[in-house]
Amino acid sequence: MKELKIQYKKILVDYIENQSERNLYIGQNFIRQLIQKNITPEEVIHMHKQVMEEIFPELPVVSRHGYDFLIEIMVYFGLTLKEHQMLLEQQEEMRIEMNVATKIQSVLLKTTVPQIDEIDIGMLSIPIRKMNGDYVHFLNDEENYVGVAVTDVVGKGVPAALCMSMVKYGLDTLEYAENNPSYVLEVLNRIIEKSVDDSMFVSMFYGRLDLARSIFTYGSAGHEPAIYYNAADNAFYGLGAKGLLLGIMPEMKYEQTEIPLYEGDFIIMMTDGVTEFRHDDKIDSRKIIEQLALTYSHLSAQEMCEKLYEELQKLQEQGLDDDFTVVIFKK
Amino acid sequence: MNINVKFQKDGEVVHGYIDGEIDTYTAPILREELDALEIEKDLLVQLDLSKVSYLDSTGLGIFVAFYKKVVKENAHFKLVGLTARLVRLFEITGLSELMDIETNTKVEYNNESI
Repeated sequence: MKELKIQYKKILVDYIENQSERNLYIGQNFIRQLIQKNITPEEVIHMHKQVMEEIFPELPVVSRHGYDFLIEIMVYFGLTLKEHQMLLEQQEEMRIEMNVATKIQSVLLKTTVPQIDEIDIGMLSIPIRKMNGDYVHFLNDEENYVGVAVTDVVGKGVPAALCMSMVKYGLDTLEYAENNPSYVLEVLNRIIEKSVDDSMFVSMFYGRLDLARSIFTYGSAGHEPAIYYNAADNAFYGLGAKGLLLGIMPEMKYEQTEIPLYEGDFIIMMTDGVTEFRHDDKIDSRKIIEQLALTYSHLSAQEMCEKLYEELQKLQEQGLDDDFTVVIFKK
Repeated sequence: MNINVKFQKDGEVVHGYIDGEIDTYTAPILREELDALEIEKDLLVQLDLSKVSYLDSTGLGIFVAFYKKVVKENAHFKLVGLTARLVRLFEITGLSELMDIETNTKVEYNNESI
């Protein structure tokens, strides 16, 4: 430290005599050396104070008080800065882990939209944050049935994502598309009820299309009713069903209903992120979706999903504030 | 966005008044307030939601957890003063079949099934 002080004194004296760029540059290089030696800012000020007193012994006492004050607050400044840097590092660590988790989720929950002649299927799922709290799962045995589960896990972010993987494995174990919706919901309810805490639950709409007979069978566990367009009536109907959310009570029963699908009919299944307009009570979002769906019913099911998202996004002043998921079956 | 919770004990009944929006951000506050309540056998906890302008699924989760806790202690739980919008939410999720819910305004729920 003594050595450093001698060097600093020389640099400072030079600068006081001649305030040239060069002398300033020497000072800057010297500071770089101090950083390598882990000298803190308050130590530098302390050194500066001593050197100034040596060069100008007649320095007024108020000036000394000024330096002492500066040294004290720089100690605090240094501590706060260190804390801040630590938080930034932690945040960066979390950001990296979150990115990894998002990647795992997207691989884990990947589902392929079935491409079949009998029915045109479209799907769009857009998370509001990094992790999606909505999940769509298709079961397809290529010849006889297509099953679709549209789910919404309570809450958002990481807890929702963890619960979601359970739903996925539950559906995977069911394996075959021919299962009855009421059976699927009962099995999943049992799995989820056993495994999650009391404030966690899942809403699910489960539909199964019999390809040969063109009969759509559906059940719902506390899920937003689907919208069904009947072309012959030129009318919309809600596909709701009584049924408690999954994961609340054990041994629940779920009812199921059948409807025939004819040419021109379509079914819109969605999560409440689609219908929930938080800041406007007066808007009847289901009516708006029906109107939009009619306007774009000449498009493919996939294009209809995309148009719905686009238009609903425009309607919400602050943008959508929930995960957005919509699936369309179009005959 | 804020939430205000007040309790008033009246014999075997605890009246709770909730005022504000219940969402991801305010739900933990509500959970804390409810957890702090001492639940004794046969107690009736009645929550007034007439001043609740918004409730999301995280908020529903808080009520479900609290409902389970109350039932476990052999006490009773009732929600009153729900707006039409909240009633719809409890109807769709099937929770209205499970819980005791009283509305100020009579709401006809049509689940539109065919």
